[in-house]
Formats: sequence, structure tokens, C-alpha cells
Amino acid sequence: MSLALQTFSTVKDANAALQASGTRYLGGGTLVVRGANEGDVSVSSLVRVTEPSLSAITVSGGRVQLGASVTMAAIARHPDLAAVAPAARAVGGPAIRNMATVGGNLFAPAPYGDFAVALLALDATVTAGTGETPIEAFLAGRDDSRAIVTAVGFSLPKADSFRFLKVSRVKPKGISVLSIAALLQRAADGTVTSARIALGCMADRPMRAKTAEKALLGCKLTSEEIAPALAAVGEGIAPITDPIASAWYRAEVLPVHLGRLLLS
Amino acid sequence: MAKVPVQFTLNGSEKAEFIESGTTLLHALRDKIGDTSPKGGCHQGTCGACSVIIDGELKLSCLTLAETCNGADIRTTAGLAEAGVLHPLQRAFLDAFATQCGFCTPGVIMAAKVLLDRTPNPSREDVVEALSGNICRCTGYEPIIQAVLAAARANSQNAA
Repeated sequence: MSLALQTFSTVKDANAALQASGTRYLGGGTLVVRGANEGDVSVSSLVRVTEPSLSAITVSGGRVQLGASVTMAAIARHPDLAAVAPAARAVGGPAIRNMATVGGNLFAPAPYGDFAVALLALDATVTAGTGETPIEAFLAGRDDSRAIVTAVGFSLPKADSFRFLKVSRVKPKGISVLSIAALLQRAADGTVTSARIALGCMADRPMRAKTAEKALLGCKLTSEEIAPALAAVGEGIAPITDPIASAWYRAEVLPVHLGRLLLS
Repeated sequence: MAKVPVQFTLNGSEKAEFIESGTTLLHALRDKIGDTSPKGGCHQGTCGACSVIIDGELKLSCLTLAETCNGADIRTTAGLAEAGVLHPLQRAFLDAFATQCGFCTPGVIMAAKVLLDRTPNPSREDVVEALSGNICRCTGYEPIIQAVLAAARANSQNAA
């Protein structure tokens, strides 16, 4: 491997260096160093930033702010982030979780990026450059993104309103067959009043299941009432095929696992 | 490629080297410093054979650039034995026949060490979770799990 690493103390300076051709940002290294090890010759140099704010976790007034360098392990052990900890723990084994960052997960191609699936369901915002972008728009344009992601923010979900499921063949750690995150608001009688469902491995990046979300509105979480949502969840998906599962298999089992998540 | 200075503590000893920028910690340890206990397996972060402990956290040396370890405290399996006496984990792996070819063993032992440092009396589930990033193709996992549990028991008996 032949890479030149430049270390900056500020995001501003690193952003300028990142504009050079062949330059990539180094976070935890689980994507970019892996790529270089595999022979990705499109990367000739790396930049990283040591600014402490990038590793900060702030939970205040029901709002969570995660610096882009915050690791999955840090999220999993944070006492105020228990609601989203299952999604952080779903990422790799212990060593990977000690390295993989929030910012990097936003760029992870399927079948990786399980935490980004959770962030999509949580309607997170992504801070890059000078502004905030809704995560759905950020994910859609991530391939052209040249500004360093500095943070993500989201409202901490209320107890039992957020659900996350990762399906893998190897337990307790394994690559995703698929992952699903759901943020459900319900009335006192259990009727769903709003729903955001995000899917992993159903495209090259996390995607919303918008038809299924609409089908859930006004429903109670019973087998009968969620049936239309399960029937609709495959709309618009283009699952990946990899050594873990075929696109056909992923599409076939998606409604089964969504049903289990909703009825759990 | 320009060479850059890297300084860190390895198993209690200060190390200072000039390395090519972009060199992985695995490469620096094995080929520059001569600590061949971390093994290069998949180089993708999947097999765990290269696992080392950096500032108390288990990390993969194949995905860590050596330059990012300036000033760090790094522990590898080569530093576990003291004065020729095996570490209790190493002894337990021998006693439980938890190692065959030995390629995965250094990474497994470092993962187990982090576990026992933080959780001296782990459950079987704790051990399985702690070792979930390490692949072994020889023994199957049961002897390894039993070895870690035995090391934990030995530690608690010594502490009592």
C-alpha cells in the first residue's frame, strides 16, 4: 500500500486538502484502509482531523448530537443512548465497533451501514461543510460529497417507539442479510399515527419503505392490520446480491422480518 | 514515498521508527519492529487475527495506520508472558487444547484479554460476544471458549 496521510487539527484545513484528486477522508479506517488493502488504486492520499469536537456526544433537551468520529462502541456504552445502542452493537465485532465511526457508516455500501439505517429511520440531519442536510438527501448524494461530515443529529426516540432488527446468518456477529429500523408514534389506543421505516441491503444504500409507512397509518400492530404494510414493503426495493444472500432471498424474507419487528 | 517518524509504547517499551506514510500498524509491527505475533489474515477487518490492544481498546492493526498511533500504548500477545512465564490466558489455551495451527490465537487472546480486564467473571455469552470478531478454522470455537472461561476461573481463584 502506498498512501500519504495528512493530519490536520481543524476541519477547515482538512476540507481544503480533501479537494485534491485521489484524496479520501480517514475516519476509523474500516472502509478506506480496507479498500486500499484490497487494491483500490483510486486512493493515493488520506486526510484526517484530530479536532476533539468530532468525538463528542451531546444529549440535551431530547436532542442527540454525535460527532462524526464517535465510534459504534462509544454509542453502545453511552448511558443516554440505550434506545439506539442495538443499532450500534449490530456493527461488526468488538474491534470493528471500537474503530467504525458514525461519519463512516453514512458512506458504507450495502451490506454494511446498519447504523445509517437507524439514522434514516430517526430522520437525522447530517452536518457537512457549513450546513445541515436531511439524511435522506445526504445519502442520495453521498457519492458526490466532498465536504467532511462533522456530526449527525436526531431527536432521541421515546421508549419503545424505535425498533431495530438486523438479520444475519452468523451469531452474534455477521454481515447483514438485511436490517430494518422503524420509528413509530402511536396513540393511546395503539393506533399508529406516524411511521418511518428504513431498510438496509434493499438497495446500494439505506432506503425508506414509504408505501409500507403509509399503509401502517391508522393501524394497530396486529397481524391482520399490518398485512397491507407487509405486502407493500417490497415496493421500490432493489436488493443487493452478495455471498450472504441473493436479491431474491432478501426480497422474499423482508416482509417476514418486518412483521416480526412490528409485532415484537 | 516520504518516511514519517512514529513513536509509541509497545508492550511497555518505547519504540521509534521511520515508516512510509500510510503503512498499517500490522506491517509496521511485523516488518519494521519485528513483533510477528499479530497475524495478517484477511486484511479486511473480518478475521481478527491482527487484533491488538491500543490504549486499552481492541483494534485491528491491519486497518489502523501506524501514524495514527503516535503516543499510543500498544499491547500484543508477544508482550503477555513475563520472565518466561506464560500469561494465564496463554496457559489456559494450551491446557484446553484451544490452539492448533495457532494463526488466529494471538488475536483471540488479545480479544479475550480485553474481556477479562473489564469483566473478570464473564458468562459464556460474554465470551462468545467478545470473540465474535475472531475467526478460527482449526479447533472450532468450543475449546477456545472453555479456555477463556478457565482463565477467568484461575484469575478469580488467584485473587481470592
